[in-house]
Amino acid sequence: MKRAGIGLVIVVASIALFAPYLAPNSPDRRFPNLLYAPPTRVYVRQGGFRAPFIYQWRIVSRLERSFRESRVRAVPLRWFADRRLVTADPDNNAPLLLLGADAYGRDVFSRLIYGSRVSLALAAVAAVVAVIVGGVIGAVAGYAGGRLDDLLSRVSELVLVLPAMYVALALRAVMPLVLPASSVFILLTMIFALFGWPIVARGVRATIASERQREYALAARAAGAGPVRVLRHLLPAARGFLTVQGSLLIPAFILAEATMSYVGLGFPDTTPTWGTMLQDAANVTLIVEAPWMLAPAAAIFSVVLAVNLIVQGTGRPPVQLGK
Amino acid sequence: MTAFLIRRLLFAIVLVVFAASAALLLTRLAPGDVTSQLGPGATRAEIAATRARFALDRGLVAQWTEWAGRAVRFDLGESFLYNRPVAPLVRAAAVNTAALAVVALVTATLLGLALGVVTGSRHDAVAAIVRVLSLVSISIPPLLASLLLAFIAARTGWLPVGGMSSVNASDMSWPAWLSDLAWHLPLPVLALALPLAATFERLQSQSLAEALHQPFVRAALARGVAPSGLILRHAWRVSLRAICGVYGVAIGALLSGSFVVEYVTAWPGLGRLMYEALRARDIYLVAGCAAMGSFFLAIGTLAGDLLLAAADPRVREAEPA
Repeated sequence: MKRAGIGLVIVVASIALFAPYLAPNSPDRRFPNLLYAPPTRVYVRQGGFRAPFIYQWRIVSRLERSFRESRVRAVPLRWFADRRLVTADPDNNAPLLLLGADAYGRDVFSRLIYGSRVSLALAAVAAVVAVIVGGVIGAVAGYAGGRLDDLLSRVSELVLVLPAMYVALALRAVMPLVLPASSVFILLTMIFALFGWPIVARGVRATIASERQREYALAARAAGAGPVRVLRHLLPAARGFLTVQGSLLIPAFILAEATMSYVGLGFPDTTPTWGTMLQDAANVTLIVEAPWMLAPAAAIFSVVLAVNLIVQGTGRPPVQLGK
Repeated sequence: MTAFLIRRLLFAIVLVVFAASAALLLTRLAPGDVTSQLGPGATRAEIAATRARFALDRGLVAQWTEWAGRAVRFDLGESFLYNRPVAPLVRAAAVNTAALAVVALVTATLLGLALGVVTGSRHDAVAAIVRVLSLVSISIPPLLASLLLAFIAARTGWLPVGGMSSVNASDMSWPAWLSDLAWHLPLPVLALALPLAATFERLQSQSLAEALHQPFVRAALARGVAPSGLILRHAWRVSLRAICGVYGVAIGALLSGSFVVEYVTAWPGLGRLMYEALRARDIYLVAGCAAMGSFFLAIGTLAGDLLLAAADPRVREAEPA
């Protein structure tokens, strides 16, 4: 279980890393004759077996968005061409569309791969910030004790009870509604970290507060070490907790980005992210005809599942009774 | 116990006042105001008149004091967007959200606890299947669940895709209206309840398994108590504590989730209303929604704490803490 989860995370992360190489088409390229084109089928038989090839989509009716394969010309897949792993013939209107095309005739698969970069990077950066902020606040609270500890614990409890989505929404909505992608990235990172830190701080506080009483900590203090130096000895005790919490925050943040972008308060629609792509899937009647638009939902599911697999893998199996 | 309740009541009041005031001030400080809704053709005089009507031409503090003075008398001001008083708008939306959330919470609890008892006490094919299903649905949070269910509903035509009632609902007789509502309810409820049910199932499963490891269970088994009675009457009650402990947090998650579900399935609830209000900078409507939302939250966490006290005598004894 745990291994499957880790494997899945590695696969998704490397897809994001090698996006420009793996995407068959440019994510922003529009194919005006292929609006909502279904996924191209890849064939290996034409008479006998041959190298994989596709047929070009020909539009039958623009109104009904129906397409049929033009069997006149078999378009061979070109491997390692144009600095891409595999592509077809986008310049002659015969692109390889593994997951179909969207409302502007852009390749959904390529956008999904590029989108994973923004979605994952945002989630990872926000998780790191939340872990650092939460770690520092938790450590200070746990080490200082007394009034400061009380205050910090109350604040973190308050933030924990708040329905994160509403407050995040309110914080985002009061900023200018249209912002460039880079500002959105920073803004969302800050908002997400604001909700992530209390979970981290609580655990770190508990660890530090109990570790502080241990002999090595007392010895360090007796030897004349200041608070900062003692904390540096104490913090490694919280390392395991920090890793688990940090990795749990990532799917939560991916989802938060998707939600914000879905309701139009996240990234501008020109930036491919899993959230902005889901926004294109908001029209339910359209989705029935073009179900491949739900691909980003599948991508988000796979990441959430992967992290859940990792976390569940550490759980205890249930006991058996009456044996 | 009384002291505890009073403290919680005070906390609830502080929370509602704080949330509503913060929402009011944040929206006020945000760039743009309701006058942008007037359109580009609005004259200077019209804009100034609108600002004056909503007290937007006053200072921050003056506006807050005036609003707070009326709010304590449950007059929450007027909505620009709907051109109606805020209070009835918020009340109607809150009823819809509460209906959705309560039905979802009950569904999730019944489903999650029952399945959790199965997976926590058995180790056969049924438990394995439930465990896999639960892992899958815990990974389909409300946003994905509502999209997926809407897709399935649209494809099969089994359920209406969105909304809370049919177009002609106002002409319907009572029973017809009710069945129409029941027809629209399953989709958003399931989208909200399934991930939550899976979380409850996991928790119940773990805590029951832990409870079954305790010495008193072995002792009861040695005295000849039948395994089924042992699980339900003895171990299950002890294991409930873990579930009650997360109920308070679950309410917050439920509210967050209900925003997404309301948005996707066009359910006319508090989440949608607040979203519209935020986008239009409808300042009093935002504050009203925030007040109602934090009121729900306070009730929810209080209910969670009371449940915990009911399930675990140790918590009761420890009061007032």
